[in-house]
Amino acid sequence: MLSKSLLTKFDQLISRYPLKRSAMVPLLLYAQDEIGHVSEEVIAEVARRVDVRPIEVVEVIGYYSMLHRQPVGKYHVQVCTNISCMLRGADEMFEHCCKKLGIKNKQTTPDGLFSLEEVECLGACCGAPAMQVNYDFYENLTPEKIDALIDDLRKKEPRSKM
Amino acid sequence: MPGYNNPMGNSPLEVKVISKRFGLPNSTSLDVYVQHEGYQALKKALAMKPEDVINEVKNSGLRGRGGAGFNTGMKWSFVPKQSAKPRYVVCNADESEPGTCKDRPLMEYDPHQLIEGIIIAGYAIQSHQGFIYIRGEYRYLLDIVDRALAEAYAAGYLGKNIQGSGFDFELCTHTGAGAYECGEETALLNSLEGLRGYPRIKPPFPAVVGLYGGPTVINNVETLSNVPHILLNGAEWYSKLGSPKNGGTRLFCLSGHITRPGVYELPMGFPLRRMIEEIGGGVLGGKKLKAVIPGGSSCPVLTADEIDVAMDYDSVAKIGSMLGSGGVIVLDEDTCMAKVAGRIMRFYAHESCGWCIPCREGTSWLKHLFDRFHGGGALPDDPDTALDVSYNILGKTLCPLGDAAAMPTISILKKFRHEFEEHVKLGYCPFEETPVLESK
Repeated sequence: MLSKSLLTKFDQLISRYPLKRSAMVPLLLYAQDEIGHVSEEVIAEVARRVDVRPIEVVEVIGYYSMLHRQPVGKYHVQVCTNISCMLRGADEMFEHCCKKLGIKNKQTTPDGLFSLEEVECLGACCGAPAMQVNYDFYENLTPEKIDALIDDLRKKEPRSKM
Repeated sequence: MPGYNNPMGNSPLEVKVISKRFGLPNSTSLDVYVQHEGYQALKKALAMKPEDVINEVKNSGLRGRGGAGFNTGMKWSFVPKQSAKPRYVVCNADESEPGTCKDRPLMEYDPHQLIEGIIIAGYAIQSHQGFIYIRGEYRYLLDIVDRALAEAYAAGYLGKNIQGSGFDFELCTHTGAGAYECGEETALLNSLEGLRGYPRIKPPFPAVVGLYGGPTVINNVETLSNVPHILLNGAEWYSKLGSPKNGGTRLFCLSGHITRPGVYELPMGFPLRRMIEEIGGGVLGGKKLKAVIPGGSSCPVLTADEIDVAMDYDSVAKIGSMLGSGGVIVLDEDTCMAKVAGRIMRFYAHESCGWCIPCREGTSWLKHLFDRFHGGGALPDDPDTALDVSYNILGKTLCPLGDAAAMPTISILKKFRHEFEEHVKLGYCPFEETPVLESK
């Protein structure tokens, strides 16, 4: 179920463009932000809104690395291991995340709280090593900072979920 | 915000033009912008003939700061005066070149500067609509730019009849969703049209056939941010800041094994050695320098002997590399160049859009080849095979991504061949702290 505010946002986004199809990727991403992944319902609704067949939406989704057709964790941890970060210890940071979360690249923790992905350059090269959790940047990483962040996010969850 | 890093390095050697407002409190607000010359350039431009605006930018020597370095005014001049289809201005804020993090502070600390530059570009080519294509990961910047756009509309700098000039211009943001190739101008246009981000054959160039088939000027964030300053202070002033035919200043990102990583605004032509030693404080930990990537991972690498070069487009091109995106990546003596080549190839293989065979297959093969140097199993022929694959990508692809993969690879193989041969001879990486010896 897509919320009313999301559907209003859809209208507003589509109105920006001379061609409705241009809104496709923004619609998909904002829908994903709300419900966690690009579901079949989202694909059908976006296809309807921009006047294309659902298959045309599916073929676009596959191109963009931020769009997920399967749910990821509530907190999607994206660690950059590209060159500037690699030179400042990114591989060790990524390994540390794997150990701390108990999962590997592109996996999700059993409680659905965290997922992990090794990503390409995030534009945080002067604050390397860096990562994003959803859209938030975490730069100048150390294993201690990573631990503190993960522990903090875990603490925020209601007791019953743990 | 916790976790975020202000990348600005603040060296006394900087010449601050586009970064001069960054330190002001509330620098993103329209009030602060207007208090500091904001939208004066637009007023000036609107009183000029559009062709005169184009000429001013042409004469300033401003060249594309995204990486290609083509004269901006000249690019604008290619837009035909008559056009059946509407004209567009597109700002390329898809910053994804490894080593590059300079468009980020421009949007974070001075979004109105960018907006003013875009409106002036629109007026110059008589376009009435623009889009700012921002990479998906930069969501917080998209929010900042959206707020600035709302302020600009409310104050009459955007929309109908701007400042009573009769000129209309609509501008909005557009989010990407994770794709390096969408930083290539024609792939960006396809992405903006709601398609997979495949590149288009050039010619025709976007200035003639671009967004929705209409003439389109597409420029980098930093390029457009310079435009108000050129209009305000003149082409001559701007060109004199830099070196001949390479006007102005640029934001350089120092990263890697450097003591003071950061974004620094320096005149075009600033010497690379001074940048590393004086601005950056030298190699981290006092180690020896091994190599420098001068402008993002797509550039041929320079050895430690080659850093006596002026950092402008023409000087760096003369020594066989590129000024590129301004991403200066410093590598120390303990860096394994085979590992660097491998990581860079992993990036290009991942980001290759898959359209043309030399790039799709070639980057994948290069990735496999370089992986062998650290997995064991590297053959004596592998460096030559990798060179052969690289030359079969170079110049044979639809867009520059193939070249971007081939050029650094060729330079690393040629300049550091001995390291690859060492890996083959030893059967393990000589730079690993505790090499794992295969029991034979």
